Amino acid sequence: MSHSTPWVARITPLCAYLAGAAIVVFARFVTAVRGNWQGIEPNSTQRVYFANHCSHGDFVLLWTVLPVKIRQRTRPVAGADYWLSSSLRRFIGCRVFNSVLVERNRTQRTQDPVTQMVQALDGGDSLIVFPEGTRNTTDAALLPFKSGLYHLAFQRPSIELVPVWISNLNRVLPKGEVIPVPLICTVTFGEAIHLGPDEDKQAFIVRAEQALRALGPDLDVEAAPGVSLNVDSGTSPSLGLSSSSNQGSNKSQDPNTSSIESSKREAS
Amino acid sequence: MSDPQTPLLLLLGCVGVVLIVATLIGQVLARRAPEGPSLVIDNLNARINAWWVMVILMGIAFLGGKTGVVILFGLCSFAALREFITLTNTQRHDHWALVAAFFIVVPVQYILVWYGWYGLYSIFIPVYAFLLMPILAALRGTTENFLVRVAETQWALMICVFCASHVPALLTLDIPGFEGQHVLLIAYLVVVVQISDVLQYVWGKLYGKTPIAKKLSPSKTVEGAVGGILSATAIGAALWWLTPFTPLASAGLAFVCTVMGFLGGLVLSAIKRDRGVKDWGHLIAGHGGFIDRLDSVLFAAPVFFHLVRYAYDVS
Repeated sequence: MSHSTPWVARITPLCAYLAGAAIVVFARFVTAVRGNWQGIEPNSTQRVYFANHCSHGDFVLLWTVLPVKIRQRTRPVAGADYWLSSSLRRFIGCRVFNSVLVERNRTQRTQDPVTQMVQALDGGDSLIVFPEGTRNTTDAALLPFKSGLYHLAFQRPSIELVPVWISNLNRVLPKGEVIPVPLICTVTFGEAIHLGPDEDKQAFIVRAEQALRALGPDLDVEAAPGVSLNVDSGTSPSLGLSSSSNQGSNKSQDPNTSSIESSKREAS
Repeated sequence: MSDPQTPLLLLLGCVGVVLIVATLIGQVLARRAPEGPSLVIDNLNARINAWWVMVILMGIAFLGGKTGVVILFGLCSFAALREFITLTNTQRHDHWALVAAFFIVVPVQYILVWYGWYGLYSIFIPVYAFLLMPILAALRGTTENFLVRVAETQWALMICVFCASHVPALLTLDIPGFEGQHVLLIAYLVVVVQISDVLQYVWGKLYGKTPIAKKLSPSKTVEGAVGGILSATAIGAALWWLTPFTPLASAGLAFVCTVMGFLGGLVLSAIKRDRGVKDWGHLIAGHGGFIDRLDSVLFAAPVFFHLVRYAYDVS
């Protein structure tokens, strides 16, 4: 906002604060969102939260369940094409959420997205990233990850990478709808992962995908303590849930659950 | 009882004393526990704290009169519906129907109740929402699980909105000699049904042996249910002075309400077990969700409303 007059510059932080508070109240009104801190504690450790991406509201929910102090130091990484396309979006994206805006279109890039994210981490902030790269509108639980997460893990190996599963938001606001349907959403935080000493890119990406998917449908129910993130054994993660609870498929938006979920269920 | 507020203040005073005693017992138990507070005691104290919040909110709503009570139960319906629809099979093609359920059916039902239009609020959801919902779902497309989805949505509306709205509807009854004291009927219903839940829990913990329906809820026992219902009926009879009823009629109504409340808890437990969840939600610490706390009131309210309307209303 280089064109801002001093008066505007003075009032903007207050507006951003109020807008942020209003967004949190609205998110809670619609989704009664609950943070499920399964694998980590909600503390000020510097982290990269990587989450599934089904809706524009995903990072809002994640942001809402973070305690205020952590929220102020946590920046979502978002597409510049979307968040710079109008002045309202620019205000919300830049001022309210303090996003790290990256150019998704390779040909128009002037800055490398990974470099931008590393700079934000070096500034002491935590990040929210969506490694699928785009919104998942398919029936699959997850799209294949892009490699950005690996590059972050490689360049800043000490920072915790925390998988975060956001459930139900795709039912609240399916693609193309304007009015949200109030439904209860859960944001589940898994155990942090790090890049292994000899781990190559492909192996790490697969491990990160599985760590996130393990938190997915049927797993954010209370009685699921035994999440195994051990992927070396080659088996699906144990869900620690009885098969009877799969009947209702309450966490999946579609009765035709994907093949990934089905295989997980058999494994339980 | 010249001042119509006196009985309500007396009742609130009694509830306050009960809560203070419960809070003291809870704190003493937590301090005396040999190996620090246990999960059961923590849960008990969380429940007692939540009771304080609920009683205070009810008190504020009562001070707000009819409008306050209608808004309170309207918000409860909204929260309960949100919990219920979360556990259904609805899909993206139900979006319009669900938007209509939350943002049209809920407010219209409560405005009709506030307005006191008995002829419409008593059929609005069973007839008009019943016809509108499947139309909206059909217009949007898929046939997959159509009947299941439509039936689930209608059931959710009947339980979470229609049944719940019969609590504030008690304010619209026309009972000679009881003018200006209608909130006492709500206080009576809520106190009798909720104290029955608490007493069933207490009797069950003390003497419970024989499960009623093991698959539904291991904590619901014959001893707990009989003890809770009978003792709550006795309390209901003792509260006759709040109401236009004779002590005997008060005992009868309290008995019907507590039995309906017990059965309502059983039915809603069956749905939870089918969906593989322990609680409907998480917003009321220690209790679970709104439906977990309201289940018995939801089943008791319409029956209580119609019995009172038939026997005491003159309009």
